[in-house]
This record gives sequence, C-alpha cells and structure tokens, in this order.
Amino acid sequence: MAEVLVYVDHVDGAVRKPTLELLTLARRIGDPVAVHLGAGADAAAATLAEYGAVKVLTADAPEFADYLVAPKVDALQAAHEAVSPAAVLLPSSTEGKEIAARLALRIGSGIITDAVDLEAGDSGPVATQSVFAASFTTKSRVTKGTPVITVKPNSAAPETAQAAGTVEQLSVTFGEKSTGTKVVSRTPRESTGRPELTEAAIVVSGGRGVNGAENFSIIEELADALGAAVGASRAAVDAGWYPHTHQVGQTGKSVSPQLYIAAGISGAIQHRAGMQTSKTIVAINKDSEAPIFDLVDYGVVGDLFDVVPKLTEEVKTRKG
Amino acid sequence: MSLRIVVCVKYVPDATGDRHFADDLTVDRDDVDGLLSELDEYAVEQALQIAEDAEDAEVTVLTVGPEDARDALRKALSMGADKAVHVEDDDLHGTDAIGTSLVLAKAIEKTGYDLVVCGMASTDGTMGVLPAMLAERLGVPQVTLLSEVSVADGKVTGRRDGDTATEQLEAALPAVVSVTDQSGEARYPSFKGIMAAKKKPVQSLDLDDLDIDADEVGLEGSWTAVDEAAERPARTAGTIVTDEGEGAKQLAEFLAGQKFI
Ligand SMILES: Cc1cc2nc3c(=O)[nH]c(=O)nc-3n(C[C@H](O)[C@H](O)[C@H](O)COP(=O)(O)OP(=O)(O)OC[C@H]3O[C@@H](n4cnc5c(N)ncnc54)[C@H](O)[C@@H]3O)c2cc1C
Ligand SMILES: Cc1cc2nc3c(=O)[nH]c(=O)nc-3n(C[C@H](O)[C@H](O)[C@H](O)COP(=O)(O)OP(=O)(O)OC[C@H]3O[C@@H](n4cnc5c(N)ncnc54)[C@H](O)[C@@H]3O)c2cc1C
Repeated sequence: MAEVLVYVDHVDGAVRKPTLELLTLARRIGDPVAVHLGAGADAAAATLAEYGAVKVLTADAPEFADYLVAPKVDALQAAHEAVSPAAVLLPSSTEGKEIAARLALRIGSGIITDAVDLEAGDSGPVATQSVFAASFTTKSRVTKGTPVITVKPNSAAPETAQAAGTVEQLSVTFGEKSTGTKVVSRTPRESTGRPELTEAAIVVSGGRGVNGAENFSIIEELADALGAAVGASRAAVDAGWYPHTHQVGQTGKSVSPQLYIAAGISGAIQHRAGMQTSKTIVAINKDSEAPIFDLVDYGVVGDLFDVVPKLTEEVKTRKG
Repeated sequence: MSLRIVVCVKYVPDATGDRHFADDLTVDRDDVDGLLSELDEYAVEQALQIAEDAEDAEVTVLTVGPEDARDALRKALSMGADKAVHVEDDDLHGTDAIGTSLVLAKAIEKTGYDLVVCGMASTDGTMGVLPAMLAERLGVPQVTLLSEVSVADGKVTGRRDGDTATEQLEAALPAVVSVTDQSGEARYPSFKGIMAAKKKPVQSLDLDDLDIDADEVGLEGSWTAVDEAAERPARTAGTIVTDEGEGAKQLAEFLAGQKFI
C-alpha cells in the first residue's frame, strides 16, 4: 500500500491528540509514516506505532527550535524524498498550516487546509471542508503533485491499530535561507490543568454577558464540574476578562467538541465560525432573540448568574 | 534610503451577508457585497505605523482580484497608504492559494519592497497560508502571526502568540510579516484621507505585465479542485426553555439524557 506522511505534533515526545486523529485518517488512504522532529522520538514511537505508524522518521537538531517554521519544511521535504508518499497530512494548527504551505510549493503540490474529514477517492484523497462559518460543506481534491492536507482537531476519533513503528533517522540538510527568522525567546504557556481548548470534548464559553473578569469563575466552575475547557468570545477577551488564547471564533481557536455551552454570548457570525461544527450546542442567554438560539440543540432563556451556578450544582450532584 | 512597504489586501464577500458559491463552484463575487477583509485593516494599520516611525517610507497596497477589488484599495488609500497596485485579469477567475501566491509574489517583486505586510488570514478562504507562501517564493524570512511588530535598523522584530508558547522573533529585512487582530485597532479613514485617496495613483497590472501564463492560474491552472459545495442543512430547531427557576434543572436533564453527565 502507498505510504502517507503524517507530521507529528508533540511536546518533547508527548504526542498530541490531533496527531492520533491524523494517523487514524491516514490509514484510510495508505500506510502512515510519522515524521517526528525534535527531542523525544523514542518516547513518541510507541504511541505512534500503537496508532498505526509503520515507520517513524525522526530528526533532532537545534534549528527546529531556534528558527521559525522553515527548518521543519526542510525536514518534511527530506521525508517526502525518502518516502514518495501518496499524501502529506498535518494538523491544522497555525504552525501546521504554515509548514504545509511552504512544503506544497517546494514539492510542487496543491494544498487543502482545514479539512474536517478525509476519504480515499478514485483520483486521490477527497477532503471535506466546512466553509463560510460552517454554512457550506465542500469536497475538494488536490489535482497536482502529492496532496498536502491539513486537518482540524476533532475530525476523527483516534483508533488504535498496532503497527511496527520502526524508528529511522532522517537526514536533513538545512537550507541557507531556512535560518532567517530567529526565535529570540520562548515562553511556554502556563498549564491551567484543564483540557486543551481545541482538543476538549466539552467547552464552556463565556461572553460579554459574563460582565467582568471576576465573574469568569462561574464559567470555570461549570467547566471543572464537566471536565471541560474554558472558552471566551472576543468581546470578553477584548475587555481583558479572559486571555486571548481562549478566544473561540474566526480569529481565535476553532473548536469542534461533543458539547459546546455558550453563556452570555450573542452568536455573531465570527464567533459561530469557530464553534458551529460542535456536535451539541447549548446556550444560556437572557435575550430570547439572540442569534445563538438559531443554532442550539438546547437553549435556556435566562440570567446566566442564576442558571450557570445552579447547573454546576446539578452536575456535581448527578456526578455524585 | 526609503523603506518600501507592500501591504497585501484582499477584497472579500461581507461575512455578515449571504455568502455562496457560483455554478462553477467558485465563490460568488458578483452577487454579493464585498469589502476590504477586516483582518487586512490590521495589516494596513501596522504598515502605516511602521512607515510613520521610519525616516522615509512608502506604503503600497496590493490586491489580486476582480474590478470591484478596487474598493479595497480605495479604503486602504483613504486610511493613509501612498499608492496602490491592482492585479486584475479575467484569467485569474478561480485561482487557488498556490496560484494567488505566484501572482502576489511577481507583483511584489515588480513593485519593489523591503517589507511585505499581510493579514493573518482572509475572512473568506481563511487559510492563513499566503504569508508563508510569499516568504517561500520570495526567498526571504517569514515573521508571521505577530501581535506586536516593529522595524528598526534593517530588522523586524515581533511577538508571536503560538499554540503552546509566546515567541519573540527577529529577522533581517527584506521580510514578509503577517499581523493578527491583536496588533492594534485600525484607524478610520478621515474625511481628508478619503478626499486625498481619490488623487492617489492606482496601477493596474495584468498577467502579461507579470510574465505569467494564463494556464498557471485560474480554474484551469488550479492545483486543487472543488467537486461539491452544499449548503449545510439548517440545524433542526432545538428545545428552548425560559428560566423560571427550573432552567438549570431542565438543562441538566437534557445533558444527562445526552450522556454528558
Ligand atoms: C474580523 C473580525 C473577527 C472577529 N473574530 C471573533 C472571534 O474570533 N470570536 C468572537 O467571539 N468574536 C469575534 N469577532 C467579534 C464578533 O463580531 C462579536 O462582536 C463578538 O462575538 C461578540 O461577543 P459576545 O457575544 O460575547 O458579546 P455581545 O454580542 O455583546 O453579546 C452578549 C450577549 O450576552 C447576553 N447577556 C448579557 N447579560 C446576560 C446575563 N446576565 N445572562 C445571560 N445572558 C446575558 C446578551 O443578551 C447578549 O446576547 C470578530 C469580529 C470581526 C470584525
Ligand atoms: C471557502 C474557501 C475555501 C478555499 N479552500 C482552498 C484550499 O483548500 N486550497 C486552495 O489552494 N485554495 C483554497 N481557496 C482559495 C484561496 O482562498 C484563494 O486562492 C486565496 O486568495 C488564498 O487563500 P486565502 O484567501 O485563504 O488567504 P490567506 O492565506 O488566508 O490570506 C492571508 C493574507 O494573504 C493576503 N492575501 C490573500 N489573498 C490575497 C489577494 N487575492 N490579494 C491580496 N492579498 C491577499 C492578505 O494579506 C491576507 O490577509 C479557498 C477559497 C475559499 C473562499
């Protein structure tokens, strides 16, 4: 069977969930070959094999951390030459999309970003995209070169399928121009202890209706009771009530959880762009005319300051 | 020596309006209201600020798009850009990201540049790939997704709030930059700016001017094909209750029924 390159998103060898989803999707079109760059490949290899990687190509060099994006493109280009894959899959993170963009040009291929599903087709992989704030669903193909496709988190449920996962060193030569953008310093984001927003099965978001940074604890308490991640609308973020890294929407994160709860959020098109593909949508809003109610599976017209704390209590009681 | 800044701006269908596809599965741009992508206003703003801080600088706004795309250029000129370049050609209809990056790169080279400034993503395609593609094609550093940017001593520096970390970046000019909506509110065009914009030069270029063959771009030359575009079925009307003291309980009941609790 044809091989499919899968770019591994990881933190020091801890493989992130979107990569397991990619491996699962890759198996529909061929044999996954994982590309692991940076430290921790040995730790990662077992997980990658468990989810179907027949091979793990690995390279570690300071360039990956010291310069932006381009050295990783060099490595993927080397992997592409080594394997001649049927497709290259990357996670639709900001960096994943940038690597994909440059790789596509280097290897003379078309690119599709933000796929939400992937299938084998008669003439190569067929990607489903959810566009215009999820109001249209399209099916597209790459028609020239090796399809380079980025896939959104939560597009598939990770399935195990033990494979060999043989680790092989990838030899990478860094281009002269690949070290143009220096990463002068890096401050890792502090962990909140909650699930990562884009990967979470449940997201509870607060908007302008939350009316103050101190009130976000109401949202956090519900999130903790449900084991959920916390999101925010841009209005809440711009007001300084919650960090920008938690913004859901067109210019924030796009989420696709099993359950999305919006409290005090009106449902502007740019917010909807980031959450409309959630499986089940719930809203709590005191304005019965709020556009968010057009999307919901269940809506409560009411004051979030009454409803949310009571709901948190209900959840805690029922969970025992 | 003058700092030459080129800002890439896209003309997009209004996101709050009715966006749809034409029969050939390209975006319908004829029947909808278009405007300068709101995320590119941030790019224009940062370019203008960089120019104001420089001793001598010139800001050119560049768009690839149909006749109406001139509106986007007009807006950027009225904000304060000095001149505009419009790449317009019937053969461009249906061009994908690879093709668009080719056209933009050639137009940027023809215009001459020390710094290219882009938005973080268009509000229609929302791919967020063009800035990286331009850096690749032009062979210059990419300093992208910046929430803060400054240019001094032939260097661009900026802050990138990535997925797992915040990074401080640095590169020598020439370079391609993209800025996020956290970079600072865009200014409104003043009346004076609007009047002045009418007199500013807009250069029109076609594919011949850029030495690009028609078959490298457009729907035919595209590297991707859209086979289907279907409007998402409207969500079936959900249950909506009004809280009269029992709202939380009813909602918990629903969540339990769906096995969330
Ligand atoms: C280019 C661009 C990009 C954008 N990107 C994003 C993005 O990524 N994410 C995003 O969210 N927005 C984005 N926006 C902004 C977006 O257009 C809206 O302004 C924003 O989503 C509004 O946030 P909100 O719903 O919290 O506030 P509002 O629209 O002010 O709504 C607040 C809601 O809270 C309700 N409410 C108030 N008090 C209570 C209470 N006590 N109990 C219950 N309900 C209450 C109100 O009835 C109202 O419906 C973008 C805009 C632009 C132009
Ligand atoms: C719904 C939809 C889905 C699409 N999916 C794909 C796909 O999967 N693959 C593909 O190859 N093409 C796709 N396209 C086509 C693609 O959007 C266009 O070719 C486009 O011009 C480049 O991508 P973008 O607009 O998403 O740019 P982005 O990379 O999101 O734009 C970033 C920045 O680049 C600059 N820029 C982008 N376009 C222009 C322009 N025309 N003129 C001046 N500056 C510009 C702006 O500064 C902008 O802020 C899609 C288009 C739509 C509408």
